[in-house]
Amino acid sequence: MGDLQEYFGETHEMVRQTVRRFVRKEISPFVDQWEEQGEFPRELYTQAGETGILGIGYPQAYGGSGGDLFVKIAATEELMRCGSGGVAAGLGSLDISIPPILTLGTEDQKRRLIPPVLKGERIAALGITEPNAGSDVANIRTRAVRTDRHYVVNGGKTFITSGVRADQLTCAVRTGGQGAKGLSLLVIPSHLPGYAVSGKLRKMGWWASDTGQIFLDDCRVPADNLLGAEGQGFYGIMENFQKERLQLAVMANMTARMALEASIRYAREREAFGRPLSGFQVTRHKLVDMATQVEVSQEFTYRVAAKMEAGKNQFKEISMAKNFACTISDKVTHDAVQIHGGAGYMREYLVERLYRDNRILSIGGGTQEIMKEIISKQILN
Amino acid sequence: MNIVVCLKQVPDTETQIKIGPDNKSIVTDDIKWVINPYDEFGVEEALQLKEKFGGEVTVVGMGPKRVTESIRTALAMGADKGILITDDALEGSDSLATAKALAAVLKDLEYDLIFTGQRGVDDDMGVVGPALAELLGIPNLSLIVKVEAAEDGKSVKVNRPVEGETLVIESSLPALITAQKGLNEPRYASLPGIMKAKKKPLEEKTLGDLGLDAAQFGEGARKLKILEMTPPPERAAGKIVEGETPQEKAAELAKLLHEEAKVF
Repeated sequence: MGDLQEYFGETHEMVRQTVRRFVRKEISPFVDQWEEQGEFPRELYTQAGETGILGIGYPQAYGGSGGDLFVKIAATEELMRCGSGGVAAGLGSLDISIPPILTLGTEDQKRRLIPPVLKGERIAALGITEPNAGSDVANIRTRAVRTDRHYVVNGGKTFITSGVRADQLTCAVRTGGQGAKGLSLLVIPSHLPGYAVSGKLRKMGWWASDTGQIFLDDCRVPADNLLGAEGQGFYGIMENFQKERLQLAVMANMTARMALEASIRYAREREAFGRPLSGFQVTRHKLVDMATQVEVSQEFTYRVAAKMEAGKNQFKEISMAKNFACTISDKVTHDAVQIHGGAGYMREYLVERLYRDNRILSIGGGTQEIMKEIISKQILN
Repeated sequence: MNIVVCLKQVPDTETQIKIGPDNKSIVTDDIKWVINPYDEFGVEEALQLKEKFGGEVTVVGMGPKRVTESIRTALAMGADKGILITDDALEGSDSLATAKALAAVLKDLEYDLIFTGQRGVDDDMGVVGPALAELLGIPNLSLIVKVEAAEDGKSVKVNRPVEGETLVIESSLPALITAQKGLNEPRYASLPGIMKAKKKPLEEKTLGDLGLDAAQFGEGARKLKILEMTPPPERAAGKIVEGETPQEKAAELAKLLHEEAKVF
């Protein structure tokens, strides 16, 4: 017999256990309350920072914990177990805002801008989307004009995860002409004059994460905070897309898995017409379909992750994995609510939240349609 | 101060335990394994003492290869080195045999203190700690919730809760302490700790390495035999006491307690 290809080893299991304990102790008991309040306490960042959860995948030189993609996957899966996509998204906003600093930043910028975030002392957000530019990144209008030692920034960003509380915003700005080549990335500290934040945006899901709108009005940002050269912004954004999509695929798979598990539990307990729901073939077969889909999606995501870990370009495959995982989680969370009946529509049941939290996954980090464009270019050209 | 912590790997306390087809063991296929929570208090206390007095913390575990993960977790928390006693002949050993194997390892180690959990949360025997102290001929301090080591590191003062009061015991070292809930709040194995733990020494020893006779271990050598395992009875449905007035309800309740529950 050949060797079984295992993605997770001893280190991964240990990480899993630490994060699982962290979730059980520091998150799960409070998560319903945080969901209703629309945010989780700031201290959760410092607690997760101390435990090294925030630093997974980042170099130890900048306060990171190291670890490969599967360490990150194990941690994300356990974090998702808290049942609130919003908590995972809020803690995870650094994973989209720090990588461009790592890719484009100078040594001084990395030492200045990364360690406080990985310790959980500063909250980091990524500012790309604008009222008139989402997937169409090249249409960004927020403008940064260079004076001698500053950039004067005018414009606005919206739908920014952790945007209300962020201490620093990795922000896409236009420093040059039209299109992608005119874009740059600037790290803007939120305490600067001219930086203003709206109240929390009210959302369908991810309630425990603060999503905000940011206004930049003659905001003078030190030129030291420009990442890379002017015009490298688009590259800086693109560079992290593979990992971001992997992260979203993992979140979708976990959302579906939890919906499946909750449905199995419910189908065993709930009785109708004198027997448990699991006694009806229609329910059993539905659960089988759900389980099969979750299994296949998760395995495919792992396989793509293993190829990414081995250094292979997986631009097409990871887009497929994200789309596939989101299609499955759409279907499985829908079916999970259906199995729960009226209870599934009630907030006290986990599947109600999973159903809402799931909806963003096929929109954020590249919409389903953008993913398909990427894939179509690769298979048709 | 050199400290040894003995550690058992047990099913995660949130695992749904299923009894196997032989009715004498549990199904281990999908179990997540963790450090016995009482042993973890021992690890934490050892680390705190090390932080104060210096010295080394050694973690000793016994069981199949998967136990290395629990030992590594203790190393990730901050312990210095690990020893795993692993041997096919150990499978099915009882508490006394476990204590014998541990004693054989400890014979060759330098220690001032030994920690074990007050019991394993799986079998709930509570024998290994005291038996080990007996085999090593050192004082045994059971069910301890507070440890104060003397400044010179030569003795300890420990607290044991007894019927709502506290018994304070002073002991010379070396001694063995069995840790009780309340002793401390164990730290997480941090991510940087986990990465560092990979490089810490973890030695494996077989019964042969320890000069022990395999016939004294395993299923065959058990002093206690497991005859059968049964799940706890399912909780019966509650009963709502009927009645128009509080007096009627109380009378009905008294009747039920007497006739059905037979509590008086």
